[in-house]
Parts: sequence; structure tokens; C-alpha cells
Amino acid sequence: MNDLYDIIVIGAGIVGSLVARFLSKYKLNILLIEKEVDIGMGTSSANSAALHAGYDAVPGSNKAITNVKAVEMWPQLSKELGIQYDRCGDYVVAVNDEDMLVLEELLARGKQNGVPGLEIIDGDEMRRREPLIRPDVVGALWAPTGGLGDPFGATIAAAENAVMNGVTLKLNTAFEDFIMEDSRIVGVRTNQGDFHCRWVVNAAGLYADEVMHKADVRPDFKIRPRRGEYLILDKADFQLTRPTLLFPTPSDKGKGILVASTLHGNVIVGPNANYVESKENKDVTNEGVQEVWTGGNKLVPSIIRKHIIAQFAGLRATGNAPAPNPEINYNQDFIIEIPKEVQGLVNLGGIESPGFTSAPAIAVKVIELLEDAGETLEEKPDWNPLRVPRPVFRHLNREEQADLIAQDPAYGRIVCRCETVTEGEILAEIHAPIPALTYDAIKRRTWLGTGRCQGGFDMPRVVQILSSELGVPPEAVTKKGEGSELLFRQTKRVEKDHLSVEDLL
Amino acid sequence: MKNTYDVIVIGSGPGGLAAAIAARENGAEDVLIIERDVELGGILLQCIHNGFGLELFDQDMPGPAYAQHFIEKARDLNIQTLMDTMVLDITPDRKIYAINKDRGYIFLEARSIVLSMGCRERTRAQILLPGSRPAGVYTAGTAQRFVNVEGHMPGERFVILGSGDIGMIMARRLTIEGAKVERVLEIMPYLTGLTRNYVQCLLDYGITLQKQRTVNRIIGRDRVEAIEAVSVDERWNPIPGSKEIIPCDTLLLSVGLIPENELSKKAGVLLDPVTNGPFVDDHFMTNVPGIFAAGNVVHVYDLVDWVTEAGYAAGKGAAQYALAERLVKGPQIDLTPGENIRYVVPHRLDKDHLAEEEIRLQMRAITPIEERVLVTVEDQNGEVIAKKAEAYARPGEILSLVLKPQQYDAVQKAASLTVNVRKR
Repeated sequence: MNDLYDIIVIGAGIVGSLVARFLSKYKLNILLIEKEVDIGMGTSSANSAALHAGYDAVPGSNKAITNVKAVEMWPQLSKELGIQYDRCGDYVVAVNDEDMLVLEELLARGKQNGVPGLEIIDGDEMRRREPLIRPDVVGALWAPTGGLGDPFGATIAAAENAVMNGVTLKLNTAFEDFIMEDSRIVGVRTNQGDFHCRWVVNAAGLYADEVMHKADVRPDFKIRPRRGEYLILDKADFQLTRPTLLFPTPSDKGKGILVASTLHGNVIVGPNANYVESKENKDVTNEGVQEVWTGGNKLVPSIIRKHIIAQFAGLRATGNAPAPNPEINYNQDFIIEIPKEVQGLVNLGGIESPGFTSAPAIAVKVIELLEDAGETLEEKPDWNPLRVPRPVFRHLNREEQADLIAQDPAYGRIVCRCETVTEGEILAEIHAPIPALTYDAIKRRTWLGTGRCQGGFDMPRVVQILSSELGVPPEAVTKKGEGSELLFRQTKRVEKDHLSVEDLL
Repeated sequence: MKNTYDVIVIGSGPGGLAAAIAARENGAEDVLIIERDVELGGILLQCIHNGFGLELFDQDMPGPAYAQHFIEKARDLNIQTLMDTMVLDITPDRKIYAINKDRGYIFLEARSIVLSMGCRERTRAQILLPGSRPAGVYTAGTAQRFVNVEGHMPGERFVILGSGDIGMIMARRLTIEGAKVERVLEIMPYLTGLTRNYVQCLLDYGITLQKQRTVNRIIGRDRVEAIEAVSVDERWNPIPGSKEIIPCDTLLLSVGLIPENELSKKAGVLLDPVTNGPFVDDHFMTNVPGIFAAGNVVHVYDLVDWVTEAGYAAGKGAAQYALAERLVKGPQIDLTPGENIRYVVPHRLDKDHLAEEEIRLQMRAITPIEERVLVTVEDQNGEVIAKKAEAYARPGEILSLVLKPQQYDAVQKAASLTVNVRKR
């Protein structure tokens, strides 16, 4: 039977994609479903792109355990999947005595969590390492294992490697309900029909609560989306002295507004943290810009507003789950469990920060849970953990660029002038194992349209390329799926057979 | 194809074409234009409306016709071209690295370079427009390319933010194509584009312009569904009770242009933070010897005719530099913005240049003065060296004043020059 899977993973964000990728190692028939037109469009698409060292998660919590474990996994994982990763280290910056006490607390917590290399440095040392830091800094916590990641690239690489290893990916496929036999899950009902399976992994991100409620699991668990707004600075105008992440001391609202480098070369400022009602409300606001800007300025006074080239907001899937160890007083933990109420569900929920960092460890934990539940996982002899990244023109030196154009002239045509993205890169993504079919899908993969002109130059060209490669009219090309068409109709269009030359005369 | 040229011009818009032509006419033998698109003419090719050439030719031409005039001249002068080619890097010693599909990686050297990359449009992020991020938010120029070059409508029901020229011209264009332009909103208390465009593009088509009003929020998940408009005071604070939801499917932005100087920076060219273009002298040479800049890459002009004129001056300078390796003969003097002037181009003058020919100064006013004004060039003691009367001064329209050879003596004696615009 075609639609009988061993495991169905709901949600192709970073967590679902990595779960699918790690599970693809075994002789399992796996289906990964995603309600959107592309993978990684939810929380994975808009966050700080930070790989956290793990010093601020509450000791003993799922967040702390998976974070610290995942930090050990990322170097190898990024090599296997061809994901960019820079373990540049990060700082929590203190500006007064009170902050210094917080640093001591973070240091103690970090040590308890097993974070290696933590060190408190004084103000002079901080100013020496980053002269752009506010001049009255009195000290900082230095975490050498913090780093910069690429949440888009990682999600795409993980899902692609999963697909290479036999996982079936279905986009535009929204979970509607479980198919139950007594208290056993035997499948899922979606807007694209029913799919049967033995196990379901709930990796639905912001919607994880709604998914588990359909199985009557954790009725009290609720995700309250917490919106974070960000500002991106022009890379030609502003850079930190060397790549790093600068955090303020954390508050009850989270890790605070950071100023950080990104692997794409821009400095990012943000996020704030405000609860919103809707899981789709990714609005940017005047108040948010003000809040983020003030926060960023507190750390690095020399940033100026003229350097802002983009703003966006993302949602965190903030839950209310207590830590599994009842002795820990913490009620915002990750859920990583096989619940007792039903059979056949691996339940993940409340995966907010440090979810991106923790994702590989969560995936490994899913495998352990399945094994604990008696699932015999047999490795495939032909599993290929390697995914070779496609060429990124701007990362190559002149000789390599010349060679690439000689091999394929499409790399000799620049489509995005600000970010130096070539036609060759766009074509490669449209024809990749997981094809990029929308403007935003190409944007997330190639980084075109993210620069100072924000797509003004490339968009007409990308519409042309998508139209001709997909064999659809330009009016059918979308920004991010159905309903987001970029163009409406041809100008001066005369319907066929509607008018003849004789009529006109 | 050779690798060394007397003059290499980057960009084939009106500034670049004029620079290349002037370079040839002033003795440069080998002149090359590098163009990133597949045709010469730059943004003129999508400007199918008329209004080009009134100042230089006393003719009213559409953009492509204006471009064609110069394209043909360039062809007659055997100016070489490298099309569909993107320059990736320029060094201060005038080496150029570029790529295209046919030749792959290209390395060139020039005795002088004219930068004429034009400008780009300010985007939604640069004005920090709040709300969702759906399809249907375009800069006016991108919409213009879609409609006039690609032949596609980017929407049916528009709100246009900003009374810049491209926005007003697109309001008319879209109306002609059968779309509905609900409103043009302008956050400033005055028009930011040309008065003639307001009359010909908005008034004549019954399109409403609302000043001191802006977009407060973009609404819609996948495609724009509406915008929320709000009135603002002089400090851009929203006025309570003035919000209005305007249903629409597209928001066009005409909120300013920024000279495109990423390559200039790589070449070590210093930029004026006010114009966002290079500091230039009266030959349009930048601080880097042998690197010139012409057109909207220097500052944003409101008429193409002045871009062409600047291109000619830059091309002539570039040819002279290429042939003589020397251009500035005597002392230079700074030109600085004075009363109610935001900037002046050029930023400095070659004092002796005035003996040979007239030099045009171009300025933008800071605030509008809707009565007769006097534009003056004054020395350090407030002595008026040159003046010109105008009917008004508006930030949307460039002020222009020509220094003449008869002012040579006064300029020679001056230690500095300021430009002012005041009520008469």
C-alpha cells in the first residue's frame, strides 16, 4: 500500500527536517508533510540565526540538555550537510554591578549545564575585543562555543539529505486530524487526503499544541506566539570588528536584544519579545522598531538608522510545559516525549529558542524514544549522510569564479546586484532535490533580494526565470505560494478570438 | 578584445552615454561602455513617457527616443560596448573585474573611469513601513519595469506612497492600463516630485494626492489586502483619529532614490553623506585621481537633460585625464551649502577652469519657499559673486546657477564659496 508509512513527521521546519534526516538512516518508510509551499517557512525562517552555547537555559531542563548536546553535534553535522557555521563565540555584556551578578549567575548555570570554556572578562578586555561596544561596559561573559548558524540553509540541507535518503516530502499538505484505532494513531488526515502510518512525530512548531490536542494529549498545553522583530544593517555600511554575538543580560522576556554578525555578512539587531494573538501575525511595528533600535544602541552606540536595509518579524512557539524533572521549577520547557495517553505519537512542543541550536539533539532524542518504545531500528547500508552544497558565487575567489563560469555560463550572469547572486545559482535551486518554486524560496536559498535594494532589481528577472523554468505564465509565479501572485495580467491583452482584424477595421 | 582602454564608462544610461561620447569627442581613442543589461540606455528604456529633451534639444521625447539619439551617436563614434556584463570590482588604480556569460571572468584596465551606475529606489525597509510582508509591495520603478518592459500588471488597485516623479508617472500609466489608483500619499507637507508631473499625471487623471499623510500599516498575509493610512504632523507623529483603511492589492513606493555607489566605495571613492554620491570637482572627478562620476550616481537629478550635461563634463574630464594624466591645473576652492541649501554639486571648483568655460552649480533647497527667491553664490565675507532669481524654491526641483567667465576674478580672490537661497 502506497500510503502506509512507518513514520509521518508533521512540519518541515528545522526540527521536523532534522528528525526526518536522522530517521532516514534507518530502514523506515518516512513521510514529511508541510502545510506551506516550501520547507522552513515558520519559526525557522525568522530568528536570530544564533547557535547558543547553552549557559542560560535552566539546568536540568530539556532546553539545557538538548542545547549543550547539540552544540557538540553542530561541527560534524554542518560538515556532513554542507551548512555554514561559525563558532565565533558570544558575549553577554554587563554595564553595572547588577549585571555583573547576572553574569556570575549565568556562569554558574553554564557550568552546571556543562558548557565548556565560559569565562568572565573585565570591561577593558571586552573593549579590546570589540571596540564598538558601549564605552561603559564593566564586564562580559565569554562563551567560546556560541556561534552563528544558518537556519534557512540548515533546514534546506537537512530536508534535502532526508529526501536523498528516501524520505517522501509533501508540501502544501496540512494536517487536519489523526486517524485513530482505539487509542492508537494509525494515520493522519490532511487536506491532501489520508496517510496511514505506525508513528507520527509532531514537529508542528507554532501549531504543535493544536496537533497534540487532536490526540487528546496535554489539553492544558498552549503555545502563545511571541513575536520578535529584527532589523538588518547594510553589510557595506556597518560591521562588528570581528564576527560575534553581543547579548545584553537576559530578562524574563528572554535573551534580550542582541547585536550580532550573521553568516550572510549583515549585522542583525533584535529581537524584542511581545505576545501576539495570531500565529500568523508577523507584522513589524513602529513601536517594535523603536524598541529594537533602542536595545541595539545600548550595546553598540555607533549603529545608525540609515544603515537599516531590512526589517522582519518572526514568531517563537512559546509553550507552558513544565520541565520533566518535577524538582525543577520551570514552566517553559521543550516537550520531547512519547505520551502515555495514545500510542504512536512522538510529541514535540514549545520549541522556541534555543530550538534551532537544539534541533539535532532533539532529533537524536526522538530516535532514542522510538527505540525505548520497542521500535527496532535497522540501519540502511546505503545511507548517505553527506549533502554537497551547491556553489555560492560570492563565496568563491576570482579563480574559482572564473572556473565556475567556464563550466556553466549561467554563473556569469548576475541577477541580484546587491548580493551578487548569479542565474546559475537560481537555476540550481529551481532544479534541486527540493525545488525552489517561489520567489521567497529562491530568496531563502540564494539570499537574493535581501540586500539594499530588497529585490527591486532582481524580482522582474527572477519572475522571468521561474516562469520559463517551470513552464508557467509570469502571472502564475508567486512570492510564497497560492494567493501571493506577483503579477495579475498582461497589459493590453486581447483575448484570442475576441477581436479580429476585421472587427477593428 | 583588448584589455586596456583610455576611458571605461560603467553604465549606459544617459550619464554614461554622454560621458562616453564626450570622451571620444575630446580625443580618447579607445572608449568602452560596460552595461549590465542587454541593451544600452539604462532606465530610460522603461521611461516610455514624454518630457525628455526639453532643456537640451527643445524637443519633447519619450525616454527610449532620447536614449536612441545618444546610442546612435556612440555607434558613429565607434564606442565599444560590453553588454550583459556586471562589474564586480574596481580598484583605485583603475583595474576593473567583471563577468558575463560569453567571456566569463574579465579583467580590464583604464586610464580613466567614469562611474555612471545611476541610482536605486529607497525601499520599504528604509522607511521602516510597519505591517505584514505580503506580495504586492513594489517600488515604483520595479512596477514601471513590469508594466513597460515586461508587459505585466503588478496589480489592479493601487495606493502610491510618496509624491516622487516615478510614483506620479506610474499613477498615470497604471490608470491608462485600466487599473485604479486609489490615492497618492505624501508624508511631507509639500510635493517631492516635479510640479509638472503633479499636473499632468495626477490632476489630469483625477487622482487624489494627500499631503502629510502616510501608510501606517500594510495588511494582508499572502497579497496586500489593504493599507491603513494616517495623517501626520510636521514631526511625522500620527494624528489621532485620522486612520483610514484603504482596500487595495498593491502598494507602490516612490519614496526617494539613492545613488548607487557600492562599486565607487570599492575603488576608494569618498561619498558625501548628504547626496550619498561622490564628492566631485567641476570636472566630476572624485577624490580618486582618474575616477570620474556622472549623473544620478553623484546626486539624484530631476531632469535627464542635466544628467546628460554632467555626463559630457565628466567624459571630457576623463578624456583629458587619460591623455595627459593631469587635469587640475590650479588651486581649488570648496563650494558649501549655505542658507536653506541641502547640498551643492560640484563640491569644489578648479579656480582656473572658469577662464575656459561656464560651470553649472546645482543645488537642492531644504524647505520650500513659495515666493520669489534669490539664489546667491557668496564668498567668505558674504560678498555676492553670482546670483539668480527664481519664482520659487522647492525641494523637489533642483536649483541651478551658472558661474560665468566674467566671475573669474571674484572666484580667484575668494577663499571659500557658499550657496544660499532666500526670499527676495
